[in-house]
Amino acid sequence: MSGPTVEISNVHKSYGGKQAVRDLSLTVDPGECLALVGHNGAGKTTLMKLMLGLVRSSAGSVRVFGDDPGESAAVRDRFGIGFLPETVSFDAAMTGTEVMAFFARLKGVAVADGMALLERVELADAAPARIKTYSKGMRQRLGLAQALLGEPRLLLLDEPTTGLDPNLRQAFYGIIRELCAGGTSVILSSHILTELEARTDRVAIMNQGRLVACDTLDALRDRAGLAVRVRLRVKQGDAAAIASRLRSSADLARVNGQYVDLACGLGDKMMVLRDIAALGPDVVDVEIVPPTFDEVYNHFCLKEDRS
Amino acid sequence: MSALVILAAKEIRRGIRNRWVVATTLLMLALSLSIAFLGSAPMGTVGAARLSVTVVSLSSLTIFLIPLIALMLSYDAVIGEVENGTMLLLLTYPVARWQVIAGKFLGHTAILAVATAVGYGAAGLAVGLTEDGTSSAVWLSLATMTGSSVMLGAAFLTLGYLISVIVRERGTAAGLAVAVWLVFVLLFDMSLLGILVADKGATLKADAVSLLMMLNPADIYRMLNLTTSPDIAALSGMVSLGGRGALPAGVLIAALTAWIAVPLGLAALIFRRREI
Repeated sequence: MSGPTVEISNVHKSYGGKQAVRDLSLTVDPGECLALVGHNGAGKTTLMKLMLGLVRSSAGSVRVFGDDPGESAAVRDRFGIGFLPETVSFDAAMTGTEVMAFFARLKGVAVADGMALLERVELADAAPARIKTYSKGMRQRLGLAQALLGEPRLLLLDEPTTGLDPNLRQAFYGIIRELCAGGTSVILSSHILTELEARTDRVAIMNQGRLVACDTLDALRDRAGLAVRVRLRVKQGDAAAIASRLRSSADLARVNGQYVDLACGLGDKMMVLRDIAALGPDVVDVEIVPPTFDEVYNHFCLKEDRS
Repeated sequence: MSALVILAAKEIRRGIRNRWVVATTLLMLALSLSIAFLGSAPMGTVGAARLSVTVVSLSSLTIFLIPLIALMLSYDAVIGEVENGTMLLLLTYPVARWQVIAGKFLGHTAILAVATAVGYGAAGLAVGLTEDGTSSAVWLSLATMTGSSVMLGAAFLTLGYLISVIVRERGTAAGLAVAVWLVFVLLFDMSLLGILVADKGATLKADAVSLLMMLNPADIYRMLNLTTSPDIAALSGMVSLGGRGALPAGVLIAALTAWIAVPLGLAALIFRRREI
């Protein structure tokens, strides 16, 4: 396949007087998995709606598979797009089977494939029941199943894992990995930042409609320059002595009985560790905590808010 | 299968599921049978065939009932789905916006057609077959009435879609639907009558009145069914209008078709521009 799946350049979107997306540029390549993070109202859902042609941009251009999603030419492109809205709803009087068959037919997919997807999200038993009897989690799973119809080349998932139990969540990320390996571009938004770690190629952080950072998680950590925390466990009573010997190499965060907490920059980490190793058997254990995704996220959002 | 057929089939399935089809069919059946057997009793034996009497009574009833049923089916067709969130998902599928409206229109029209055909057909058969001397012209007028009733329903369906794509809230759509029904079914004729009385025929001639009546799909339906057959025109008291200002059936059918096509096209256009 040639060219990026999604190409957004300098897009603005305002509803009335409210700016939902401001001057945002973003490209997503085939096979890439991008996470969109941001507070409520940061513009994540609007960005997805722009890519789906549900709303039109006020300025700038959006291209999905090379077409403007708002134009009638893009209707055909939607055979290759799967979408799971933030709060998914179905016709409550219909059964799971009926809904799945309806969507499968619309997408030109064999109804049997739709039923296979229902099995994959563990809804096969509930499929003959009406949707009004479904729990929130079951609706979410049905929503996921319909998004996967027809092996989409672009998958847009708005808060996909809310209401999924942990093992289904694991299975979900398994499916995503599989699709990405097959060349599908996946864009997903999530509030649960920690679960995105090691599961997405790039992370796009949005704040007040702006894209404040977009890179791999490691690169974002580097750029944030947040401290790595190192916790030493020493023999009871030695903490103060050990702490004074390490004062030159790292910032001393806290000394407490048999624990010494240190903080250092990512670049200084190895040096600090060598100094700790030089202390010999006085140090019983070392625990290294890199900055969490939440901290990286807060760093970028707060920086934006200050400026 | 084309998206249009899939969408229409879903609408019909939904109509069956929520008992709309059964309810409207039974309603039409009950009303038309009661008119067929009881409504013509006070007439005794007049010259007219009983079926003619039935056609006149039924079409007068249809003017009130069919627009109401059609508007109830259609006023929340779009806004209802936008509000409960199902439209959001549907529009991310490979269907054009006009197909969404057209699919609903086909499905709802099919529901109306079944209810009308079953209801009026049963009345026609019950009266026509139990009595001798029903001419083929009377049968034709029954067929015309059934067909034009579906068209009348279709016109009010598309007016309902137009309401549904314009409003921001479902409650507004319900209010507007009631207003549309009142205007076209009651107020329009009353004001036209008022104008005619005040005017005393000075400026408004019969052809002008006929043209004015084209502004109301319910009146087109009335003219189509009550003036085009002489037997029925005599019975319905539309002779004077039928005699002088009557328009040919072809023109009336074309006007009714326009009342279906124009609001449908407008609804599709407006929906195309709408942000979900």
